[in-house]
Amino acid sequence: MRRFSWFNATSLTLGFAFLYLPMIILVIYSFNASKLVTVWAGFSTKWYGELLRNDAFLDAAWVTLKVAVMSSSFATVLGTMAAIVLVRAGRFYGRTLFSGMIYAPLVMPEVITGLSLLLLFIGIGLDRGVLTIVLAHTTFSMCYVSVVVSSRLVSFDQSLEEAALDLGCTPFQAFRLVTLPIIAPAVISGWLLAFTLSLDDLVIASFTAGPSATTLPMKIWSSVRLGVSPEINALSTLMIAIVAVGVITASLVSKRAAVKQQKDERAAERAEAA
Amino acid sequence: MALDAFAPWEDPNADPIIHFQNVTKRFGDFTAIDDLTIDIYEKEFFALLGPSGCGKTTLMRMLAGFETPTEGTILLQGQNIAPVPPNKRAVNMMFQSYALFPHLSVWENIAFGLKRDGMAKNDINDRVDEMLRLTRLETFARRKPHQISGGQRQRVALARSLAKHPKLLLLDEPLGALDKKLRQETQFELMDIQEKTGTTFVIVTHDQEEAMTVASRVAVMDHGKIIQVATPDAIYETPNSTYVADFIGDVNLIEGKATSKDNDKLSIAWAEGQPEIVGTPTTEFGNGQTVHFAIRPEKVAISAEKPEAANALQGKILDIAYLGNISTYHVELAGGQVIKAQTANNRRLSRRTFTWEDNVWLSFTDTAGVLLER
Repeated sequence: MRRFSWFNATSLTLGFAFLYLPMIILVIYSFNASKLVTVWAGFSTKWYGELLRNDAFLDAAWVTLKVAVMSSSFATVLGTMAAIVLVRAGRFYGRTLFSGMIYAPLVMPEVITGLSLLLLFIGIGLDRGVLTIVLAHTTFSMCYVSVVVSSRLVSFDQSLEEAALDLGCTPFQAFRLVTLPIIAPAVISGWLLAFTLSLDDLVIASFTAGPSATTLPMKIWSSVRLGVSPEINALSTLMIAIVAVGVITASLVSKRAAVKQQKDERAAERAEAA
Repeated sequence: MALDAFAPWEDPNADPIIHFQNVTKRFGDFTAIDDLTIDIYEKEFFALLGPSGCGKTTLMRMLAGFETPTEGTILLQGQNIAPVPPNKRAVNMMFQSYALFPHLSVWENIAFGLKRDGMAKNDINDRVDEMLRLTRLETFARRKPHQISGGQRQRVALARSLAKHPKLLLLDEPLGALDKKLRQETQFELMDIQEKTGTTFVIVTHDQEEAMTVASRVAVMDHGKIIQVATPDAIYETPNSTYVADFIGDVNLIEGKATSKDNDKLSIAWAEGQPEIVGTPTTEFGNGQTVHFAIRPEKVAISAEKPEAANALQGKILDIAYLGNISTYHVELAGGQVIKAQTANNRRLSRRTFTWEDNVWLSFTDTAGVLLER
């Protein structure tokens, strides 16, 4: 069979073009010297400089970061606890309903989640600001964390925890010293997922944010309505770079760990055969 | 001077380290352990043997503290252990999957339990080194569990569970994951370590050969009940039921009607037109009572001519299994009953005496078999 054919090459090119062309154009125009987004007037990095002097954007970035760190941390704690209950508790009455209710927000339209949270915050008289966005983001991202963590817990050997109890651990020590270190990769990737979700959420943040707190996606959205500025392009390029570096680092690290583990296991097998 | 045989179970004054008193364990409708009473003595190597689902693992998990009895009490050195959580029991367990902590090195795995006890650092070092020496793992101390072989992992699990000087060590199918040769070596290692440390071992296994090799006493279980507890030789030579006779080793079982004879012998009518089998009963049998005659294949002799023996039966060879050290003959008697007879191949290159379809005589003495009521 021929590995290279015109059909394959065309579909590959089209596919990647479809995925990445918009972003490439955005990155290119972020280095445009002209103020007009669509007219190329030579290479320049001045918009990156402008960006650093724009307090409104920097404030929004700071709010976004705060919200993302706090909400993903809360979501990780709550989501991990929910996952443990779901996987460990065995069959109790109403289990299916319970697990369904944890996963439902995954498929709930964001508009509805946002609206219901807004109504709740108004109802209990909570002033909208950073706190309300954190609460809202925690709510919708904890179910993602619990999906990631529970898929790891399913394959977790229960006898490891029993062994820890047997060797003198209290149940909490067994969790802290044995279970948590072993499921840590899943917990961390759950945290990263929640962090990213919070970082780029626009809809729910718009519902739950108040005048005192604006997140970066909200800021970008509102300024784009007045016309795309080269500053926005620069900001978006930075975000793409950060995400790309993060994803590549994470995959390299986990790949290296997997390769090392495989090598060790093969070495152990050889040692046994010898 | 001959060593005194180790048999505390025969001493009426000996205090058991473990005492199960009428213990029952139910999971919903399922009865895993059914009104079970048993004593286990200090320094014993006690084997719980039975098919899967017979309750042997539940029994062990109750000792470890992962299950509590539904009814009855379990005493460890006279103290009721039902309310004591697993982390407060002087009992340690070696898990079937070994349950080594993958994120900790061999050294840290062994030290894990000692650290929980708040032992001084120097004492921990000494104790871990001692365990590493005992299990010949000195060179692997810094490795992670996935960097060592299956046999070495098994030894780490043993070292970890022995490190805290438990009064009782529980071993759940400890050798199940090893291949046959390594398993046999490890069985002797286990016995050696048990003797060196003087710890009471309770082992759960479904491998009767393993139980017979390592144990001082074997308990054969079925459906949550203990059918027989005895030393390996007693359980093999004097099983108390056809279940035990059949579970341990190979056996021929013949059912018939008993007739008492002179000099304490019993005659068993088992098939029309066949000579009655003469055996020596250990319990009373009434005339006409159903009796099961159990005889091991190696106690049945095979010959071409009719021998002078208490019992001699004629038949035809159906199958021959040559196993190297022994050969097993399947001989069909006139009534259709198949009897297994075993001979040791203690001569090299001897000509096979018998072949398929040969007419042969099977014979055995009147004390070779066991007479069982059920």
